[in-house]
Amino acid sequence: MSANVAAASKAAPSSGETPAISVKDLRKCFGDHEVLKGISLEAHKGDVISILGSSGSGKSTLLRCINLLEIPDSGEVRVDGELIKMKQGRDGHQIPADTRQVERIRANLAMVFQSFNLWSHMTVLENLVAAPTHVLKRPRAECLEQAEALLKRVGIWERRNYYPPHMSGGQQQRAAIARALAMNPKVMLFDEPTSALDPELVGEVLRVMRSLAEEGRTMLVVTHEMGFARDVSSKVMFLHKGEVDSVGEPKEMFARPPTPQFKQFIANFNK
Amino acid sequence: MDFDFYLSTMWSVLKALPLTLEIWFFGIAFGLVIATGLTWLRASGYKLGEYFTRAYVFVFRGSPLLVQLYLIYFGLSQFDFVRHSPILWPILRDPMYCTIVAMALNTAAYESEIFRGALRAVPVGQIEAAKAFGMSAFTRFRLVTLPIALRLALPAYSTEIILMTKATALASVVTIMEMMGTAQKIQHDTFRPIEVLTCAGVIYLLLNLSIARLFAWVEYRLSPHLRPPPEQSQLVKPIPEVL
Repeated sequence: MSANVAAASKAAPSSGETPAISVKDLRKCFGDHEVLKGISLEAHKGDVISILGSSGSGKSTLLRCINLLEIPDSGEVRVDGELIKMKQGRDGHQIPADTRQVERIRANLAMVFQSFNLWSHMTVLENLVAAPTHVLKRPRAECLEQAEALLKRVGIWERRNYYPPHMSGGQQQRAAIARALAMNPKVMLFDEPTSALDPELVGEVLRVMRSLAEEGRTMLVVTHEMGFARDVSSKVMFLHKGEVDSVGEPKEMFARPPTPQFKQFIANFNK
Repeated sequence: MDFDFYLSTMWSVLKALPLTLEIWFFGIAFGLVIATGLTWLRASGYKLGEYFTRAYVFVFRGSPLLVQLYLIYFGLSQFDFVRHSPILWPILRDPMYCTIVAMALNTAAYESEIFRGALRAVPVGQIEAAKAFGMSAFTRFRLVTLPIALRLALPAYSTEIILMTKATALASVVTIMEMMGTAQKIQHDTFRPIEVLTCAGVIYLLLNLSIARLFAWVEYRLSPHLRPPPEQSQLVKPIPEVL
């Protein structure tokens, strides 16, 4: 792990600046099943937080509640100190009070999905400029220039005029990361970015993510990549049955698992 | 084989082609407008709108177009208020307008179902990505949902348009001398059904062939992402080292 990441994550809390993301007591039910049972989380600028947990532990739901792809039942989400306003809906569940605010906040929280979700009817380049031109209203020429630079950075510039179905999973996911970067986001949300990839393609995506972490980007990463969690992230959060089981500095967590559940979890991975 | 008779019949029926195309064009154009309205009403989430569209589809998809055409042309004129209405009567006393109205109302029922299915078939992930990037509902619809749904709807829509081409033949029963009406008149005059109906059938076939080709071309143009990539060999080239 690079030194500046560790420094940033250590320096941030003490400096007292507003956290990039702050989640308090988040709860979410799907029917009778309570997926999130009061989760709190704070991510400061430059933090790379790996969110681990076995399937069904609520880690993806947590991420999706932050950008309101799922509407939490209660609890609060702040982005850069700004509270996402909620109101009571007609069916008793809370709903976002201000759609404009949600859209504005989402534009600052670029997401990378497990199944890429590149827009299949657009070329890679069109995928990269769609949101910056239509959401951020930036000039198209400028967006195109940035898009080409980003594609060079993730190593798929030659594929810029390809349609997503014509690329390998690893290339698609790198394009999706470039699409997220094109928004100049304050925080990047990764929802199991390597889980849908063939094993030999995982490396190329992780390399891109590692380089983003090294340049000090704020990232929340839901992942099953233990190597990434241990070596790249500045903080590891382990969810178990919808609750935060343990949080800590990654080296420490992996060397001395603080709870039996986490110990069990990493033991299963090392098998 | 009486070649001259074939030729003269062909020519007579062909002269009625513009009228057939006129019914066809206005029928599907107004039908598309109504179908768009119905689809919007159905998708809007209002219970009343949903009940209305369901009832509409039930009635216009469930009964023969011929019955609808007769009801509009012969049926509605029985009502005094229709005959005295300055707006309705000029439309409903004219068989041409009646045919167009019947076809538009009928095809709208089918098309609204086609569009509803296409909208529902847009992959959730595509829409979620648009949401996650802060697109407003309108932008999402314009850039992602609509382009994908249109591509999904196109094959079924082209079939419906072809069905409508054939349905224009019904106009002959309300005195319109389009291709079928003309063919029937020649048949009655000459008692040579085989030759006359073969001529008409061939023209309908060729007409539908060109419509099908046109839609195939549009479909091809709109779906480069579903074809093999431009240079297949490029795909196996080693990927340059990242960064």
